[in-house]
Amino acid sequence: MSHHELDARRLLCPMPVIKTQNQVNTLQQGDTLTVICTDPGALNDIPAWCRINGHAVLETREEGHEVRVTLEIGEPSIAL
Amino acid sequence: MTESAPQTLQRPLQRRAIALVSGGLDSMLAVKVMQEQGIHVEGVNFFTGFCVEGHTHAIRKKDKDKNKRNNALWVAEQLGIKLHIVDISEEYKDVVLNPKHGYGANLNPCLDCKIFMVNKATLMLNKARELAGEKGFDFIITGEVVGQRPKSQRKETMPIISRESGADDRLLRPLSAKNLPETLPEREGWVDRSQLHDFSGRNRKPQMALAKRFGLDDFAQPAGGCCFLTDESYSRKLADLWQARNERRYELDDIMLLKVGRHIRPAPHYKLIISREEGENRFLEGYRYQFTSITTSSCPGPLALIDGKLESDHELRQAAAIVARYSKGRTDDEVVVEVRDPSGVVRQLPVRPATPDQVSPEWMV
Repeated sequence: MSHHELDARRLLCPMPVIKTQNQVNTLQQGDTLTVICTDPGALNDIPAWCRINGHAVLETREEGHEVRVTLEIGEPSIAL
Repeated sequence: MTESAPQTLQRPLQRRAIALVSGGLDSMLAVKVMQEQGIHVEGVNFFTGFCVEGHTHAIRKKDKDKNKRNNALWVAEQLGIKLHIVDISEEYKDVVLNPKHGYGANLNPCLDCKIFMVNKATLMLNKARELAGEKGFDFIITGEVVGQRPKSQRKETMPIISRESGADDRLLRPLSAKNLPETLPEREGWVDRSQLHDFSGRNRKPQMALAKRFGLDDFAQPAGGCCFLTDESYSRKLADLWQARNERRYELDDIMLLKVGRHIRPAPHYKLIISREEGENRFLEGYRYQFTSITTSSCPGPLALIDGKLESDHELRQAAAIVARYSKGRTDDEVVVEVRDPSGVVRQLPVRPATPDQVSPEWMV
């Protein structure tokens, strides 16, 4: 199990979610990933994406104009 | 006494569908209708770059009370389905630039768009069947309704979408199925045709009634759909961009920037993108490493990007004066602006703010 970071700063919805999804598809169950965004919408969207796709949100945090979401990868699904 | 063979009850295979989920009501209802028949549904949402989403509200302060949710994600969560969001923005350029079936009222290539999206879903369906066999997908559903949209959702265009996308009779439109020929899922008995619908036309009452029956009372109803290309003002800005470049092309950043700020073109070879408020300021700041930018330093004011190249000192002063016109110092004799090139080199420039008659209405894109 390993920890990863994804820089999604300056990307607008839904790109932070797409980048997250694409990175998650390359990781193993149990790995963790912190996504750093400047789009405030990511604070809702990434956790929503995690909930519907079976990944756990460990922490969401706002730091100034940045949003950080840390998630733990759940069961893999068919990567369409 | 002979023993009878033990009877094993074989559960029928649960059929699986890919749904095109836009975030609007129709695709939401189409999924519900399928779920009601025991079909396992997963959603696909395509990002073209032109999608109308919560991010536009996230930028502007005046929209701070509007919902910042991504509608497709929200819909998927309400329906309890997985959602795959796919970035097709690069491939989609060919749809926008060369639509085989032409544009709608603005620069919206709706029919080509639908064919393209159903084709992408068909490729996914084929890939998933190869990778996962019975755990793959059997058919595609959309929320299309015959006669609802003038370009892409007409009785004549429905078969064109099925045929040209390659989905053929694996494409089912649950809301309008009874107005259309039987599809594979109906013929095979995976789906009960009698429980599908016969909605048609622009009247949304049947959808509203069905939504009520399903207990759905919160859904996105964006005017003009979920695509900026249906918007007249946006399409005008895109046409202006092509005209200025003498060619029809764009990058993702170009089309994102068309959604933000005032666009003022004092000369064919450059335009100013001027922020209207703090949120847009912050957004445009992210582009200061790609564009020359102007902001006011002697008083609060907007951030402006210069898209194109200023050809003389006179043009630089003219651009600076226009930016000063939108600052707090617009009535001052002099405002100091800061001109920053993409490498970070900054130059201070005192200018007299432009007066209203010095900014021609024809420059407003």
